Amino acid sequence: MTAPRAAAIILAKELRLEFRTRELLTATIIFSLTVIILFSFAFDPSAAEARRIGPGLLWIAFLFAGSLMLNPSFARERSNDTLDALRMAHISTFAILSGKMLANFIFMSLAEIVLVPIFSILYNVPLAAVAGRLILVLILGTAGLVITGTVFSAISAQARMRELLLPLLLLPILAPLLIAAVEATASLLSDPPALDRTWVTFLAGFDIVFLTASWLLCDFLVEE
Amino acid sequence: MKARIAITLFVAALVFTAGYAALFIAPEEATMGLIQRIFYFHVAAWSSMFSAFYVAVFANIAFLATRRQKWDWLGVAAVEVGVMCCTIGLVTGPIWAHPVWGVWWTWDARLVTTFILWLLYISYLLLRGLIDEPQRRAMLSAVFGIFAFLDVPLVYVSNRLWRTTHPQPVILGGAGSGLDPTMAKVLVLCIFSILGVTLLILVNRYRLEKLRHEYDELRFEVESRSTDAQSNSTKARP
Repeated sequence: MTAPRAAAIILAKELRLEFRTRELLTATIIFSLTVIILFSFAFDPSAAEARRIGPGLLWIAFLFAGSLMLNPSFARERSNDTLDALRMAHISTFAILSGKMLANFIFMSLAEIVLVPIFSILYNVPLAAVAGRLILVLILGTAGLVITGTVFSAISAQARMRELLLPLLLLPILAPLLIAAVEATASLLSDPPALDRTWVTFLAGFDIVFLTASWLLCDFLVEE
Repeated sequence: MKARIAITLFVAALVFTAGYAALFIAPEEATMGLIQRIFYFHVAAWSSMFSAFYVAVFANIAFLATRRQKWDWLGVAAVEVGVMCCTIGLVTGPIWAHPVWGVWWTWDARLVTTFILWLLYISYLLLRGLIDEPQRRAMLSAVFGIFAFLDVPLVYVSNRLWRTTHPQPVILGGAGSGLDPTMAKVLVLCIFSILGVTLLILVNRYRLEKLRHEYDELRFEVESRSTDAQSNSTKARP
């Protein structure tokens, strides 16, 4: 079986599993909303302040929600030894990893599709005019989050305290992603809105570096 | 054994000499006064830290390539020593900064990068602590170590880019720019002395890890033999 076909099957399996109950998706969306609301209590921003801190707030909410949501990705495979079954199947480890990465990307994107309009309404941040470019930034940022998050989910699934360990490992690594995504989003909210090429290139570079590292090191992640 | 004692005494002598030189031989800096003398050990801590982390990532890659346990021992020893040097740097920095700049900390690119570096490698040590099985622990921490090392230049570049678009609170002149010759010699002495201490601790930590491994193997051997003996004695009864 070729790697893309295997990845597609894994992707289908993950989607089917999630859409049976939709519990992970729902929990992610509600958690992100809670973070967004708590920030409004903590900072109580005026209109101008909201435009300034808005991007940071949005991406912090996504990072926190993501580091919780990515945990079950490999932790779920521990029960019933399904990870062993995947390992024994005649498919490359990168196919397993990329199938899960794509599934996580789809889940995260669905959460963002719900959250970004709500955020725009709650904080009076006009995003409609820059929707296309914003989607590009969201795609690149989410890709970075999901790539590193899935790899670290594989690592933390084999350790104790995995719910705490994943954010602990993930958030320092994602610091440059956070800066780049926030700056790129902020540049879209500036007057006039202009997509900052430097940061978008940086985001793309970040994604490529960590995707390549995952591809090179994936076999060591699921080894017995 | 004698060689080890001799080397330890030599490194100790080097450190004392360096301390004396930093306090009394080096000329007093014009603007900053006495507190500037901490710079000799601050810079020495950074250079030791970088060396340690380079050794660590080399050991991580070597472990994944060869699967020999000794590279894992070297990896954890190097990271622990690196975290130690990083902590020294992060503590001496604010001590120096407060009287000179007026602030304990500033969000400059280098400082942020170092802070994140410190967090990343502490996460490495925490990860190791949370995995019990030695082979898996070695493998996963090696993978994480490589990811952490890849992230560091990205952190630095992103912070540099970010900080150039925002006004800098403090302008940091390069520490080595226009250094007085005596100061430069004292600095080199201090760097080598701290490097010596770092190396000494690294080697001893490596030996400790090796001994732990041997102890675990022996204990496993003893336990498996005693359970064999128990099961044999139960079989022997009619």
